[in-house]
Formats: sequence, C-alpha cells, structure tokens
Amino acid sequence: MTAAASPSGTGGAAASVREQRARHIRRQRAVERAAIALLKVCMVLIVAPVGLVVGYCLWKGWRALSWSFLTRPPVNGMREGGISTPLIGTFYLAIGTMLLCLPLGVLAGIYLHEFARPGPLLRLIRLALTNLAGVPSVVYGLFGLAVFVTTLKFDTSLAAGCCTLALLALPVVITATEEALRQVPQDFRAASLALGATRWQTVRLIVLPNALPGILTGAVLALSRVAGETAPIMFVAAAYYLPFVPKSVFSPVMALPYHLYVLATQVPRVPAHVTWGTALVLVGLVLVLNAGAIVVRQRLLSRRRW
Amino acid sequence: MVALSDATMRAVVICAGSLAILFVILIFVFLFAEATPILKEHSLADMFFGREWRPTSTPERFGLLPLVVGSLMLTVAASILAVPLGLAGAIYIAELASPRAQAVLKPFVELLAAVPSVVYGFLGLTLLAPLVRQIFHLPTGLTGFTASIILAYMALPTILSLCDDAIRAVPQSIRLGSLALGTTKWQTIRYAVLPAARPGIVPAVMLGIGRVIGETMTVLMVAGMAGTVPKSLFEPMRTMTGTIAAEMGEAARGSTHFHALFLVGALLFVITFIINAIADIAIRRRQPR
Repeated sequence: MTAAASPSGTGGAAASVREQRARHIRRQRAVERAAIALLKVCMVLIVAPVGLVVGYCLWKGWRALSWSFLTRPPVNGMREGGISTPLIGTFYLAIGTMLLCLPLGVLAGIYLHEFARPGPLLRLIRLALTNLAGVPSVVYGLFGLAVFVTTLKFDTSLAAGCCTLALLALPVVITATEEALRQVPQDFRAASLALGATRWQTVRLIVLPNALPGILTGAVLALSRVAGETAPIMFVAAAYYLPFVPKSVFSPVMALPYHLYVLATQVPRVPAHVTWGTALVLVGLVLVLNAGAIVVRQRLLSRRRW
Repeated sequence: MVALSDATMRAVVICAGSLAILFVILIFVFLFAEATPILKEHSLADMFFGREWRPTSTPERFGLLPLVVGSLMLTVAASILAVPLGLAGAIYIAELASPRAQAVLKPFVELLAAVPSVVYGFLGLTLLAPLVRQIFHLPTGLTGFTASIILAYMALPTILSLCDDAIRAVPQSIRLGSLALGTTKWQTIRYAVLPAARPGIVPAVMLGIGRVIGETMTVLMVAGMAGTVPKSLFEPMRTMTGTIAAEMGEAARGSTHFHALFLVGALLFVITFIINAIADIAIRRRQPR
C-alpha cells in the first residue's frame, strides 16, 4: 500500500535514491528468477519419478502380457499361468459394488442438490459425508468384517466384499452426482416448474437426463477406485488362491489388487515378469477407466449447448 | 408408466440422503462394540503407554505406542516432503505454466491419484527399498524413510490438485492490483495470491495428511512392521493401518488380539474424524466471503 512518494530533492540525493531503487529492483528480479527456478525444479521432482516408474513398469511388464496371461488362471503355486481368476473376481466385485451404491448414491445426490433445504439435517449429512470420505479404507474392512461377515453371516464372500466396497464408494458417487446436477442450469428447473411439473417430474424428466453424462463419469471414477482397493477386501472377500471363478455370491473371490499383494510379499520365487505383468494390468485397467472418464467429460463439456 | 408421486419420491431421496449419517453411526457403534471387550483384560493406560506390540508372544502385549508413534513419524515425514512439493507444483501449474502445459500437467497429476495403493507399495518394495538400503548402508531397506517417500508421492496429487483449485479461485483483480504497484511476478504470488488462497490451502493440506494416515497397503509392504517404538526414521516401523491389515487375517474371531485390532481401528476412526472436522471447519469458514 506504500504510495510511490516521489523524491523531489536535487542532485546527489535524487541520484542515490534512484540508485537504491534500481538496486532494489535488481534484487527483486533475482529473487523472482530464483523462486521460479525452484518451482520448476519442484515440478520436475513431481513428474520425473513418475515418468521413470511408468517407463520401468512397462519395460518390465510388457513381456508377460499376452492373451493367455489374461485368460488362464494362475498355476503352479501362482508362479506360472495367468491372472484370469483374479481379473474376473475384480470384475465381479466392481460390478456388484456399483449395482449397490449407484442407485443409493444418485438418490442421495438428488436429495442434497434438488430437495434439501439448509438446516441441521443437511449440515449433519454433509459432516457425515466428509467423514465417510475420510475414513481409512482398512477401517471399512473392519466394519465389513464385523457387520457383513460376522453379524449377517455372509462369511468371507463376494457379497460381503461388494457391500463393504459400496460403502466406501458411496461418498464418491454422491459427490459426483451433486457436481453433475450443479452443472444443469437453474433455468431448466424454473421452466419445468412453471409449466406445472412437480419437483420430482422436473428432476426425472429434465434435470437427470441432462446430468446423466456427468453422473456416469463419476460412476466410472468410483468404479476405478473400487477396482484398485486392497485393504478393505483383504479379510472380507478376497481369497489367497482359488482355482476357479466363484459360482455364488457367498463364496470368496480372488481379486487383482490382492493378488498383486500376495505375489509381491507372500509367495517366494515368483518370476519377476509375472508380478510386473500383474501390476501393469492393474495400473492399465485403472488408468484406462480414469483417462476414459476424463476424455468423455471433456467431450461432453465442449458439446454442451448451454 | 407408473408415476410415483412427488411426496413418495421426496421421502425416498430424504432416506437415501440420511443414510450417510446412519452409516457413520453404524461404523462407530460396531467398531467400539468389537473393541471394548479388550478392556476387561488390559487397561487403557497400559495399552496407550505400552511400548511393545507383540500379540502372539506369551504374555501377549498390546502396547499401542509403536503403532501410534510409527503413524505419527511417517505422517510428519511424508508431509514435510509432500506439502512444500505439492504447493510448489500447484503454484507452478496455476500461475506460471502455459495453458498448454496446464492442460497436460493437471490431468497427469489427477491420474496419479488413481493408481492403486498396492501398486505404490509394490514399487516401493521392489525399486525404492533396495536403493535406500544401498545408499544409507542399512540392514534392510524396509524403513520408515522408504515408506514416507512413497506416502509423500501418494499424498501429492491430493495436495497439489486442491491447492491449484484454491489458487485459481483467487480473483484476478488481486493479481492485477499487486502487479500494478510494480511488484515482480514472484512478489505478487508470495504477498498477494498465496495469502488470499490460504483458506483453501489449509484444507488441502489436511486432506493430504488424512490420506497419509489412512494409507494401508504401502505401509504394510514397505515400512517393515517392527514391534517396538522406532527411535529413528531409518528403522522399520509399523502403523495403525498396517497392523490391522497384517494381522486381522490371522487373529481368531473373538480373541483378545481380534478386539485389540478393533481398538486400533476405533482409534484410527476417531483420529481421521478429528482431521476431517478441522478441514471441514476451515472450508466452511472460507465460504461466507
């Protein structure tokens, strides 16, 4: 806020002030250059290791990748064969989870954005949601163990895993739904209500169709999160080794992330390319889902007519 | 087509919305219900000040200090690395990068957040741990130091992305006003933009820290899981999350060990609750303006 007081002195005094100022500016420019250089170094420190690791991962893992690696179950103490059973297990877990949490999450999102009025209930729900989103995933595992496995007697099973993961994904779906609803212009609702539609008719016929792409993008992101979770399913759903795909929702499943954990830490002398291949498939799966969601979102945003 | 009445649907969505509250209460109740039986055999003071976690030795020891100190050390170490780096990255992306670089860097960082934690753990185990062992001449590479580096990189996307949002939310007029006074770009960032963005940066950091405390697989695979209180960062250590994940599979249902692990879970739940509440209050305080 210091106004530039112009020194109106004569001769030497003015020159020295000018010199001082020039020196000050030079110093500030140097500080600026140093600071920006430091920021650039930090950016490199963030990006470079990741680039290196991704490259290394591809280099180590691509040899393992083949059609038979994806379609054959692990054999010979999981040291050979493929990853079909964990891959299918993860697929089942992810689908089951979404079937449970998508309807609930979307309805809850609709409530929060379209129906809720500010008040203690809304405040409480918001607090609960931030909390659910912050609970460590392993604590969800404990909860799943206490409720679904023990109390409801699902045992270690696909069903228990889906229920546990659905809880974990719920805040993600709710937040995404709310965000998607927020993108729909308020005018649409006003126009619909002015035509005599009820609130729910407005939501179902006007708001939801326009918000659907955004909701689906959020659902895909939640799906990718679920597909990668290990800690919550370790003692709720996942099997160390199964020679077959589960036939019922009440039998345990193999899951890709848990399979990677087992290969990396529990089984001695696993050939490196098997472990790296498994890691590569897992990362690939999750990143493709995410990148797909991001691309779809971008395209939808650019195609939007309002 | 069956047209559901407005009132019915209103009731349905209110129920769905309120489920979040129900779930939090259920988690709380079940964790504590499974945790409290241990108090019959071990006093709370004994556990909180116990310096050894040896659940399978006789007599069994359930000192929580190694777990709590381990979690704390890892969180602090990871934050020291992740917070400055994340903030610097956010400043770079939001204030200095060209629009083209922005368009690449932001999605790239967000993709990083999507990589499953077990993969980070695997990378730490196979790539970083041998490196750490050689460089520092340690008996094992599975130390708190190794884990905190990986954890820092896992928290980075959260911190960076949210800080970036906070910096972008600063009105352009603040930047222009500062620059018009003849400041350099850096002075503007340092003295005008960052102070204005601070209310958004605080919750970003809190949420990043929350992620580190709750992280399980990386710690389980990389931190070494020692049973005693660590004296330095370069020792193997265990955390609350890692302990639950490692031992719940083997603990017999209803045993003391089982209840002890639930007690750890309950403690973890309370800690993350507090962190989230602080972040939430910080966010709320920002909103009225």
